[in-house]
Order: sequence, then C-alpha cells, then structure tokens
Amino acid sequence: MEAVMRSRVRMMIAALVVAAGVSAVVTLSVTRAAGQAARSARTADGKPDFSGIWQAANEANWDLEAHEARAGMVTQQGVYPYDYARVPAAPVLALGAAGGVPGSLGVVEGDGQIPYTPEAAVIKQENAENWIDRDPELKCYLPGIPRAMYMPYPFQIFQSTNKIQMAFEFSDAARVIHLDEVEPPPTYSYMGHSVGRWDGDALVVDVTDFNGKNWFDRAGNFHSDALHIEERFTLMTPDVIWYEVAIEDPKTFTQPWKIAMPLYRRMEPNMQLLDYRCTDFVEEFLYGNLRKDQLVRHWEGETIVIDITRKLPPGNELYDWYRK
Amino acid sequence: MRKQCFVVALAVVSVWVLLAPMPAAGQGRTSWGDPDLQGVWDYRTLTPLERPRDLAGKEVFTEEEAAEFLTENLAEIEGRDDAVPGDIVGNYNQFWFDRGTTLVSTRRTSRIVDPPDGRLPALTPEAERRGASPEALRVSRANRGVVPPESWEDMDPGDRCIQHGKAGPPLNTGGYNNNVQLFQAPGYVAILNEQNADVRVVSLDGRPHLGSGIRQWMGDSRGRWDGEVLVVETTNFNGKHDMAGKPDMLSSSAQLSLVERFTRTDTGTLLYEYTVTDPATWTTPWTAQLTMNLSPDNLFEFACHEGNYSMAVRLAGARASEKEAAAGNAVTSGAK
Repeated sequence: MEAVMRSRVRMMIAALVVAAGVSAVVTLSVTRAAGQAARSARTADGKPDFSGIWQAANEANWDLEAHEARAGMVTQQGVYPYDYARVPAAPVLALGAAGGVPGSLGVVEGDGQIPYTPEAAVIKQENAENWIDRDPELKCYLPGIPRAMYMPYPFQIFQSTNKIQMAFEFSDAARVIHLDEVEPPPTYSYMGHSVGRWDGDALVVDVTDFNGKNWFDRAGNFHSDALHIEERFTLMTPDVIWYEVAIEDPKTFTQPWKIAMPLYRRMEPNMQLLDYRCTDFVEEFLYGNLRKDQLVRHWEGETIVIDITRKLPPGNELYDWYRK
Repeated sequence: MRKQCFVVALAVVSVWVLLAPMPAAGQGRTSWGDPDLQGVWDYRTLTPLERPRDLAGKEVFTEEEAAEFLTENLAEIEGRDDAVPGDIVGNYNQFWFDRGTTLVSTRRTSRIVDPPDGRLPALTPEAERRGASPEALRVSRANRGVVPPESWEDMDPGDRCIQHGKAGPPLNTGGYNNNVQLFQAPGYVAILNEQNADVRVVSLDGRPHLGSGIRQWMGDSRGRWDGEVLVVETTNFNGKHDMAGKPDMLSSSAQLSLVERFTRTDTGTLLYEYTVTDPATWTTPWTAQLTMNLSPDNLFEFACHEGNYSMAVRLAGARASEKEAAAGNAVTSGAK
C-alpha cells in the first residue's frame, strides 16, 4: 500500500515537472518575440548590421576537430591500455560529469582534420597531454583570434562607419577592425592586427601580426607567429552570423584550411556583458608557489600535487528518499 | 616615492607613435545622428589633480604664469638622471614616462574644480578607518616596498593587471598610456583605454542599472545625450577598484556613484568632466575636469597580465630574501 502511494506521489511530481517545463517554454518564446522586435538588418550606412551581443553555441573551444565525447578535460590510462578506456585524471576527477568533454561534429571544413606538418602534429599531441600547464585560456591570457570568437562567453560588436570594435567578456579582451586606412602595427600582439573591408554584404577581415602564443582550443590545437587569417562575416538572419575563417601558417600546417560556424545573437532583452576579468581568478594558480604561507600544502617546487577530497554521492535527502 | 611597476614591455608602445592618418570624424554626427565623439583622445597633462598649496587662491593661470609653471616642471623632469637607478628595485627611469608637456587647455591650476579650493574634500571617518585597517596598510606598505609582499593578494589592482586607476572610471592621468579611444554604435558608446585594454560599455537605451547584487571592477555604466553632451552615470562598483586620487584602499567604496560628461568643444578637443559622489569615502562630492586632444595615433595592445613578470619576480625576491635572512640567522646562531 505504502509502495503504491509512493509511486503516485512520484507520478504527481513528474506531472508537475512537465507542466512547469511547458510553461517555461511558453514564457521563453514570448520573451524572445519581444526581444526580436524592430531589429533592422542594415545600418544607416546601408551595410549589414553586426552590432550586438553574440555567442557561439558549439564545442569549438573544446576541440575544432570532430571528436567523440571524452571522460575528462584531462584523462589518464586506466587499467586497460586502450584509448577508449581512458579515465578522468586526478586534477579533474572530482568534477564528475561536469568535467567531461562533449562530442562534436567539428568545425573544420573538408575532412574535418587540421593539416599539421609532422613536427607540428607531435607538438599538438604534447599540448593535449599537458593541457593544464600549457593552455593560455587557463592562465586568463588574451585569447587571440579566432579563438575569442567562439569561446563560451558573449562578445559585443560596435559597428561604426570607419571602425568596428569588439569587446569580449573573457579576460576583458578587445579588438579593433580598421575599415579605414591604417599604418601597420609596431609589433606583434595576442589579438593581432585586423583590417576589414566590405565584399558586397560580407565583412571580410584580414588579421596578421600575431605573436604566436595563442591556441585554437582546449585540445592543444595551435599555430605559430606566421598565422594569417581571413575572416568572413555574413548575416544568415538578422540574429545569426555565419562566421568563416581561412587559416594559413606555413610553419605549422601543410596547406591552408577553413573553419565555419554560426554565431548567435543573445536575445535576452536586458543582455549585457559582465565582468569576467579572470586575472584575479588565476593568481593562486600562477603565483601560489611564491606565497610566504602556502594555501595549497602540496607544492613541490612549481608543481601542485593534487589531493582530491570528496564525499561519495549522494548525501542528499530527496535523492535518498526517491531511491527507496 | 614613485610607484614601482616594471610590468609590461608593451607599455613602451604608447611612446611609439604611429603616424596614422588623422581620423576623418569632424565635429559632426554619426551616420545614425548621434554627436560624433569617436577617435583616439590624448589626455596627457602636467596639470595636477589637486591645486598645489603654493597656488592657493589662484584658480586659473595667466598665459605667463602657465608658461612659467610648465618651464619649472619640465626642467625638474628633464633634470632627473636616467643613469641613476630608481629608488627601489624595478622602478622605471625617465624613458618610460610619457606624462605630456602641456597643461589643460583651460589653464586651470588643478583638475579639481569643486570644491573651489581645488583640493579633494576631507575623507569620512569610515574611509579613514578603512585606510588604517591592517589589510589596507599591508597593501600600501607592500606596494611602496616597505614590507615584502607575502603573496599576490598584497598587490594593488593595477599591479595585478585587473584594473588600473588610469582607466578608472573616472579616467585619470598617470605616468604613461594617458589615452582612450571612443567607439560608437546605435545605442552604445564603448570606451577603450590603452592601459590594460579596459573596455567600458555604455548603453544609451535607458535600461535600468544592474541589480545591487552584481558589482563590477569598473561599475555599470548608463549614458544619455544631453544635447551635444554625452552624460554617463556609473554605479555598481565593487569597492575594490583603483581610483587614483588617494592611495590604495582609501579611494573608493561600493557606494561610489560617478557622473561623467563628455563634450566635444571643437573638432580637436574633448572636455571631460566628472563628479564623484561616495558618502562612504568623501564628506562632500567633488568634480574635476580634463581636456583631451584628438590624437593621430592608434592604440596598441596592452597585454598587462600576460607580461606581468614583475609579479613573479617581486614575490620570488621576497621569498629569497626571507631564505637568506633565515640562513644568516642560522649561521649567526651556529657561531654562538
């Protein structure tokens, strides 16, 4: 009898959850319609209007190439010596399912593979194995182009007549696209030097003068200071940009290659960029070994030795009750 | 004592002048009809924030007095010997500095215009207590090299490359990178400082400020046009941001509310005025002015955090000194 009651309660909860879900969908669609109202696809100059707050919704920042889901951001060999049997490595083990890597069809055009030279392919593999130590994203460094465009943070485009400014939430990064005549830069930089032009309704941006310190993603895909990219922005709809990048770097790749993806407008009516300066988030990671009194008790020189303390799940009353 | 920084080799590029064509923006309007404030604005000046004591009662220089003030100041700056190391390890020499060689075009003797004596108002007792707290004193002493920094937490937001007093807001002058670029798009103004490449987004669509639960290093800015004047109101500060004017943790609180006014007084000049209201810090509001000149230069990337060798070097130096001192003590006690 008690069991029947429990199962009824469970069904009622399920029905409530479904109802709540439906009403959430209805509310969301109403809000979106309001947010979309009165958006012109062209500027006063008659150009396609890219102004607004945008964000990629894909797995490109995890890995540009097509890949299956992975058990952890960092994995190690388990008991069985096969690639498919790798297990999460200690630094991310406690993150559970939040620490995995989602699979992706990839954003690399053609066969989906990046055409590394043999030497560069070795470095890419080492990068992947030493992700925590090497990925500039973890250090909150300026992400470079194109990576800034598809990181999982919003960015804002301010489109004027002679200049287009982009402000990125991640690391408070910025780039200026010069549509007018501009002298070459005095030296290399993280975000490169961007010169744009209109090709019909496409904004085409030539980006050069990179310092070669950036990566493309969290999988160790990288380039050198010889990187030269050409971006092409086209409006698919007033709220979706089709973003294509032609990439060449003869020091790293055997031939030019391309990525392409949609960038979506953030439709929330009150959307705005917020602080993600992240410098202050990574100082313990970068300088913790130089503290007088250590917070992390297991520094060995410049290496953090990871101890993981966690409770076995669930420790949760509702979960315990439901499991009976 | 000048502040040690030694942060970024890239800072030098503000001195490297890029002779790009003069921006075409006239005193006109953007293609969508807003007053056009766009361009790179140079706000180097030798006019001090506070009126020097010996100029009490003098609000504006005559042309002769201005020339004399400049001559004295420039002679003092040029008289410093670059060959002599700075007063603390890692200090900059004159090569690094780019403070300008002129006064604000109004010839005012201070950037502060209110209170009328050109000086900052008195601090509130709360601000005095804040400044005297052990935390504030430790940061202050570590930054002046009086005590070794125990960790990165002892550094100020500028040296940590999080946010710099020059970008504020309000915009303030410093040793170098005294420049800002304004961008506009319908409904928005973006304010980009070369120092730390800080971008501040100002929305003009009349939306309310963020809720009080969200606090940011550079606050939350909302703007509107008052005729030809861009008026920007900024709130939601986190109380940790570096606002030049008083050292360290004294300068602002989360109650700071800032109103800035940008006026293009002629094609090549921008008048920048701001009023600071912060009842947890200042006994009265205060207002300052700065004139900016349209610059033919481009801004360059200021990768502060990426090039912050000074952080690791200063901390490593402090730890090495402690080790040496401990070893010295051990030797001494061994000799006994």
